[in-house]
Amino acid sequence: MFWDKKIETISRSGLERLQLKRLKSTLAGINKNVPFYKDKLKKLKIKPDKIRNLEEIRNLPFTTREDLRANYPYGLLAVSLDHVVRLHTSSGTTGKPKAILFSRKDIEQAADLIARCLVMTGMKKNEVFQNMMSYGMFTGGLVMHYGAEKVGLLVIPAGPGNTDRQISLMQDFKSNAIHITPSFALYLADVLEKKGVDPRKDLFLKRAYMGAEPYTEATRNKIEAIYGIDVYNSYGLSEMNGPGVAFECPEKNGMHIWEDNFLVELVDPKTNGPVPEGKEGELVLTTLCREAMPIIRYRTGDLTSIIPGKCRCGRTHRRVSRMTGRTDDMFIVRGVNIFPQQIERVLMAIQGVGRNYQITLDSLDDMTVKVEIRKELFDGKVDHLVNLQNTITEKLRDEIMVRPRVELLEPGALPPSEGKAKRVLDNRTL
Amino acid sequence: MKTIKQISVFSENRPGKLEKVTKVLADNGINIRAITIASSEKFGVIKFLVDRTQAALDLLKQQGFTVAQNEIMAIEISDEPGGLHRLADLLARKKVNIENASGFVIEASKKAVILVEAADIEQAKSELQNEGLRFLSEEEIIQ
Ligand SMILES: [Zn+2]
Repeated sequence: MFWDKKIETISRSGLERLQLKRLKSTLAGINKNVPFYKDKLKKLKIKPDKIRNLEEIRNLPFTTREDLRANYPYGLLAVSLDHVVRLHTSSGTTGKPKAILFSRKDIEQAADLIARCLVMTGMKKNEVFQNMMSYGMFTGGLVMHYGAEKVGLLVIPAGPGNTDRQISLMQDFKSNAIHITPSFALYLADVLEKKGVDPRKDLFLKRAYMGAEPYTEATRNKIEAIYGIDVYNSYGLSEMNGPGVAFECPEKNGMHIWEDNFLVELVDPKTNGPVPEGKEGELVLTTLCREAMPIIRYRTGDLTSIIPGKCRCGRTHRRVSRMTGRTDDMFIVRGVNIFPQQIERVLMAIQGVGRNYQITLDSLDDMTVKVEIRKELFDGKVDHLVNLQNTITEKLRDEIMVRPRVELLEPGALPPSEGKAKRVLDNRTL
Repeated sequence: MKTIKQISVFSENRPGKLEKVTKVLADNGINIRAITIASSEKFGVIKFLVDRTQAALDLLKQQGFTVAQNEIMAIEISDEPGGLHRLADLLARKKVNIENASGFVIEASKKAVILVEAADIEQAKSELQNEGLRFLSEEEIIQ
């Protein structure tokens, strides 16, 4: 099913013509209205009206997260406040937040992309959508909400947490779809199990949209099996509207990135040079339809690759693979680069391991992985626990090339992750 | 051959865990007959013999503890020098792997008893049933 078949299946040449037109008008706008970009373009002697093809994007400067912070609050605004109707922020781990300002048209546009995503995965007007993402400054709740309303769904703005109420709402209003973080989906599954609610029989769910935190294919499979639903991978970031930047179609083989709205590049994070199709690189995005706050060549920090070839669903917008990590999630132990996703992939494949885990870093050489055991597999034997601990240690070592300390914990011992899970606790002072 | 039921509770070697478990039992009038803690460096398993096993198991489960029930053997040892050694020797010859063992004296009868938790209870049972050992029943232990 298509929300906007014409644009979703546009020919590549048509798409590229559209992109070039929109890029030029975006550049003309910021060159006129945003001193930050005007100075940069001037220094590089770039004249927006002289740009002939999309390749020339590579001559333009990057925009980094630091640039967004430095221009907080209004520095990158391209329109007058008359035209600004909403603020979202994206908080980093340190320092000032990043401000993202939306015009009415920007909100409409973001909602339109969400509508494409939801309809693409089969949502129909008569269905019920329970949005368990945080509302407020975070884009995950509100942007998805507007898109779901645009489709005509009944939207339940449940927000995150409050697990008991989530369950009642899902039962009472027969919710067909949920928008949820993977860590909350796993936590919710535990609570359902404790309450004796079988999500396959006692709920009405058909699909879940999972994003906001990176997760692995193993986690998706686990959640699909527990709930008996289809889980669709959703990618977005507040700087680029929030959710709906890229989304999986029913093929579940990569996420279509809406190229009429975003000009997509993959660069080598070290050399900044282009990365060919199929190879991993950092996703760099340029907004093509943003009115209030256009951003060019934004370094997302997310690592992915472009999946070569056409998708069977008929959409011509290219697909990006599941994000393999964020350049800033990566941590280094004993000189080895490690992503939390690697740890998760290993843990999810081991029998006897629960759904919650935590990585603690206490020195440059030591990492501890805390893992909850599964209640039903506890048989009272210390031997079996030691074996499980050894298996986890060895499998992790094979994957990350560093032997971690593994601690087994009782189910529920780790803080429940009712929102964005904090998987890595870095206690090192460097 | 008689065996008895033991309750095992997972513990992360966090201080206070044992107290939490014993409180649940005490609050419900369950009498602990014997207790041992089998531990590795980072976690332990607290093992109990109680007078009402099923009730204790249900209560601990309800309270969210990670619990299991195991069958163990209570073997009486003769009250003479070398009594324990003879048992240990037999277990070794029969290749019965021991998960956990502890000594125990029944006050009423002054009998010395060794509680043996075998890694594989079925194997232990078949190896030991015709060796002239005296296995005590639950009633004999919890009196
Ligand atoms: Zn597709």
